[in-house]
Amino acid sequence: MEAQVSILFDLEPPAPEPVPEPDCFADLHLDRIVGWLLDRHEQYELAPLYRQPLHTVEAVAYRQAVVRDLERAEVRAAVGAFAERMRLMRRHLRLARTLHYACQRQRWFLDAVGVYCETVAALRESLCELELGSDGLRRIRDHVTRLCTSASFEALGEQAAGLQQQLAATRYLIHMNGMTVRVLAHEERPDIGGEVLETFAKFAQGAVKDYRARFRERDEMNHVEAQILDGVAQLHPGVFAELEQFCQRHRDYVDPDVARFDRELQFYLAYLELIAPLRAAGLEFCEPRVSRESKETRVLETFDLALARQLVYAGGSDARVVVNDIGLDGEERVIVLTGPNNGGKTTFARTFGQLHHLAALGLPVPGSSARLFLPDRVFTHFEREESIETLRGKFEDELYRIHAILEHATADSVIVLNEAFGSTTLHDAELVGTRVLEQLVELDALCVFVTFVDELAGLGETVVSMMSTVDPDEPAVRTFRVVRRAADGLAYAAAIAHKYGLGYETLKRRVAP
Amino acid sequence: MRVHLLHTDRDFDSELALPAGAEDLARDLELETVWQAMAQGDKLVYEVARRATLRPLTDLDEIRHRQAILRDCLAHPDALHSLYTLAGEAIAAPRGIWGSLSSSPRSILDQSVRKLAVLATFLAQLRDAAAEHAPKLASPGLTRLCAMLAEELDCAYLERVGAHLRELKFKDGIVVSARLQASNRGAGYTLRRPREQGRLARMFDRSGYSFTIPERDVAGLRALSELEDRAVNLVANAIAQSVDHVLSFLIALRTELAFYVGAVNLAQRLHAKGEPTAMPVPRAGGAQALSAAGLYDVSLSLTVGPRVVGGELAADGRRLVMITGANQGGKSTFMRALGLSQLMLQSGLFVGAESFSASVATALFSHYKREEDTALRSGKLDEELSRMSAIADAIGPGALLLCNESFAATNEREGSEIARQVVNALLDCGVRIVFVTHLFDLADSLHRSRAADGLFLRAERGADGERPYKLIEAPPLQTSYGADSYRKVFGHDPVGSSVRWHPHS
Repeated sequence: MEAQVSILFDLEPPAPEPVPEPDCFADLHLDRIVGWLLDRHEQYELAPLYRQPLHTVEAVAYRQAVVRDLERAEVRAAVGAFAERMRLMRRHLRLARTLHYACQRQRWFLDAVGVYCETVAALRESLCELELGSDGLRRIRDHVTRLCTSASFEALGEQAAGLQQQLAATRYLIHMNGMTVRVLAHEERPDIGGEVLETFAKFAQGAVKDYRARFRERDEMNHVEAQILDGVAQLHPGVFAELEQFCQRHRDYVDPDVARFDRELQFYLAYLELIAPLRAAGLEFCEPRVSRESKETRVLETFDLALARQLVYAGGSDARVVVNDIGLDGEERVIVLTGPNNGGKTTFARTFGQLHHLAALGLPVPGSSARLFLPDRVFTHFEREESIETLRGKFEDELYRIHAILEHATADSVIVLNEAFGSTTLHDAELVGTRVLEQLVELDALCVFVTFVDELAGLGETVVSMMSTVDPDEPAVRTFRVVRRAADGLAYAAAIAHKYGLGYETLKRRVAP
Repeated sequence: MRVHLLHTDRDFDSELALPAGAEDLARDLELETVWQAMAQGDKLVYEVARRATLRPLTDLDEIRHRQAILRDCLAHPDALHSLYTLAGEAIAAPRGIWGSLSSSPRSILDQSVRKLAVLATFLAQLRDAAAEHAPKLASPGLTRLCAMLAEELDCAYLERVGAHLRELKFKDGIVVSARLQASNRGAGYTLRRPREQGRLARMFDRSGYSFTIPERDVAGLRALSELEDRAVNLVANAIAQSVDHVLSFLIALRTELAFYVGAVNLAQRLHAKGEPTAMPVPRAGGAQALSAAGLYDVSLSLTVGPRVVGGELAADGRRLVMITGANQGGKSTFMRALGLSQLMLQSGLFVGAESFSASVATALFSHYKREEDTALRSGKLDEELSRMSAIADAIGPGALLLCNESFAATNEREGSEIARQVVNALLDCGVRIVFVTHLFDLADSLHRSRAADGLFLRAERGADGERPYKLIEAPPLQTSYGADSYRKVFGHDPVGSSVRWHPHS
């Protein structure tokens, strides 16, 4: 058997089986992102594809090459037209299965075949005119070229087109008199409507109301129409017999590799459609350079895709999405993130996790440039909303979960801990946090640790301190800008005090002038 | 079929937006009084008068086209009124015809056929009335209209209309052609004339394939009537639109006649109190013509009992007419008479004067001090400047601007300087300006710099401070007559008026 042609997998594609949603999806808001990606693409069953990150640089590169091709307008136009026509074909096929009258079902089937033949031929023609850089699309082009030049495909197209032409040329007259309907062979008779229009044309005074009724076009014809169609069939027996035979002969006409291409294409197109408005709003996406060896991480002007999508869709071009840089050089592995609440810490943590998952899917990531490690897995621990009976219960629950992460994580994992131990005392949080952090450092995994404990930021060579910031002039405005800086829990308090005239000197003068 | 009584080459468009500044102009020239006098309670006349006067013509032939028709109408008001009344009755007649409440093509068709039948009888009456009056009419506009009605609505044509209406009752059933579309359903339903066939022949015709829907098959009957609806859909639309077309022709006819009905009404009002009217002489824009004899303010005459005094004007070749002088010396009235006459000339109407001749302006604007504004001084000046700025957005060469006490909201020096800049700029752009002002600084400086193309008029002070409504050509005087007014009202001299600050440029 011939190897399957795939634009998602350079080697043999994995066997189709259900893939559960990864644990990190909800925390990183990847569940929302995938939800948007599936919107308007339900028929393709794409969810498993977005849940399976790749683990080799080659596999990622295979997809990145396809994306590069698809980012070109002329390639997008070609495959976009293909996908659109295939959707149309499936609509036809659905009607060909579900309608009541055989004459109608057969016609929809015929039209589906017609659309299919045109679509495949058009795809071949447009792909052959393009310079394709990716192995994935080149494989499809070769396959479609072989398919189109096969005798069986050519015969299919010719028969379908011939039958369509004969049916479209079928004309007839209906004479309705009382309750009797007579179907008659076509003959030229004067058009009464045209004559009426001509008679009254002299009064025309510009645009007038349109009185034409809009009839509801049901897919299913009624029994009067069906009887008329029977009459038409009796007047034209040859073409209707031919139609019936055609449908029996070509039941399974869709090539399996074409069908797979149609689905796999949507994996890319859905994502490119999702990010297009964000790009239009000035946000950048880039093809990340991924590595299995170096953990050096450098991403410029990146952002939380889920948040940016919400802001841009809600606010159009006015949306202000704050971008951040992430950098881990040499032996640096852990970012300890502190700073005022609502300053963008959680957003930053999510961004870090999203970047690694999206890069491992072979897709463009938020940012103007990105160099990322290709992890074996992304682990997350975000503070849970659901109520747990006691504070102690909550603290313990967190510890269980973090423990489980440390059990399963390897040096090649990415770990995101958000506001860990936020519900306990500073002393406990520092104590436990220090311990956890030490183990993370020991593990050598890439990690973001969001905490309110400043002291954690100073734990060793591989730990980098970053802070969320506020605008010094307007401390109440959150900036979402996260910068590399030593932790300083007093900065925000001083700024907000100044704004309200409650700084030390000010307050003293106000109380005792 | 086009009416073309208000334009030579197109219909009167009563939807067209009014030009910028139209509202100010209407208010400043007190056009409301004129429209009311034209309408005499007829809303259509009011609306057409309003729109026609606020959209002045600029083409000399178009003005003459309306003037000729107006002459016919003034001479034969009976012809005008008979056509206007008939058109009105025709428009009202189909309102009494109701079909079923359904808006199915079958019922639209049935209703429209009956409406058309009624309209056809009115069309015949209209044609006959036009034929009766045609011999005494002289204007190309009305002559053409009568000839068109006679020709287009002749007996043969109306007979053809009748034949259509009979056919659309479908005595022999409905024949429709169709083709197969996607899904093998019928499409492209087009109503066809049945083959000419005797009743008997039809009964024994067994060609094709036929079936009969049983009476108890409700769904089948519904399907059949939908098919009938599809069959007559286009022709129902054609007939319904024809009703609309005929009606819109009648509405256009009545609308355009309404203007002349209004003009005749206004003439009768003025003549009744002995005021003269004259058909003005329109002149080309470049000629800078502007001269009048016995020019009076029509809107003032319509509101007071006695005849109003007319004035003379000889401003041919002058770009700027500056009017200074005594308060209540008739400055504003004179300027309104001038503006109103210009507007009436460019609407194709007669004017309130013994004679009037003027170049057509590309557009008319007015900039009046808004007395009723009680805002602070600075706010008032802001408001004036912003109005002038709006005018500047819309004005162009060849336009006429009427300024009444503009920029008097601030002190004389500042106001004069602003006004001087505005006036000089606009004059140099080819705008014609009539300016009423008591800003001596402004008037005096313009008198010196614009001696060649300016006309300076002064409200003449009569003997003993009496106000004759008369303007003479004279340079601006340094004092106004405010003291007179003051004295008249207060009964004593305005103390300190002699030390009033007078600027010298």
